[in-house]
Amino acid sequence: MTILSILTMILVLAGLFFFLAGTVGILRLPDFYSRLHAAGKCDSLAAVLMIAGLAIYNLDPFSFGSLLVSAKLMLIAGFVFVTSPTATHAITEAALVLGVKPWQRKGRKRP
Amino acid sequence: MRDIHEHSAGEDLVIKTSVRLLVPFIQLFGLYVIVHGHYSPGGGFQGGVILGASFILLALAYDLKTSQDYMPIWANALLGNLGPVIYIGVGALCAIFGGLFLDYSALDVLIPLGPVEWRSFGIFLVEVGVGLAVMSIMLLLYWNLSSGGALDEGL
Repeated sequence: MTILSILTMILVLAGLFFFLAGTVGILRLPDFYSRLHAAGKCDSLAAVLMIAGLAIYNLDPFSFGSLLVSAKLMLIAGFVFVTSPTATHAITEAALVLGVKPWQRKGRKRP
Repeated sequence: MRDIHEHSAGEDLVIKTSVRLLVPFIQLFGLYVIVHGHYSPGGGFQGGVILGASFILLALAYDLKTSQDYMPIWANALLGNLGPVIYIGVGALCAIFGGLFLDYSALDVLIPLGPVEWRSFGIFLVEVGVGLAVMSIMLLLYWNLSSGGALDEGL
């Protein structure tokens, strides 16, 4: 077991943990905004962690070709890291403009 | 429906900035997909769709006028017609120089590269034509559908 495969395991397991947290958040949180909050944050971080893990796994028989493939994977990670929060922002703003009410506890006055 | 700009913060800085950052990379990736079409996943159609989607993204995040600043209507029409001309022109050149339609190895008499090299290079030429046609027709479809055929104001 090399240091690269240990690093891969740590990254992929961390990515799986954040995916799990995002899924639990989508299922359990009460309204649109908080669900989107869970989905947007957890999914973008988890996708970047898992892609970084795959890029490190791909480096194992080291050559120029595998380095090139890993660099492309890291470019995908950077793309996801920019686009996923932007998409979440756009969906949230559309919901706010169309007047989706945020959830609140029963019996509490809106401030 | 309520007034659409009641809660809106006006021009959306986040979306516009990230679109402005991403569009050059999307277009570069579209060209990469077209050029690598004959020995990796991709090809003319896929690369053309990515190129067209980059301009549609500009039109969505800014407005129709901005996307027409980057790709004017006349240039779009020119490229959309140039694509089929490249495709049919390469095919007809092959037929003129003694092969079948789109039999690229016949072009070896024009520039002697060898028949195998010409088969690879001819696919590349045809893919460029397909990519240009798909890009401009996709963009034109979006412009027409979003502005009701007027091509001036839309989403």
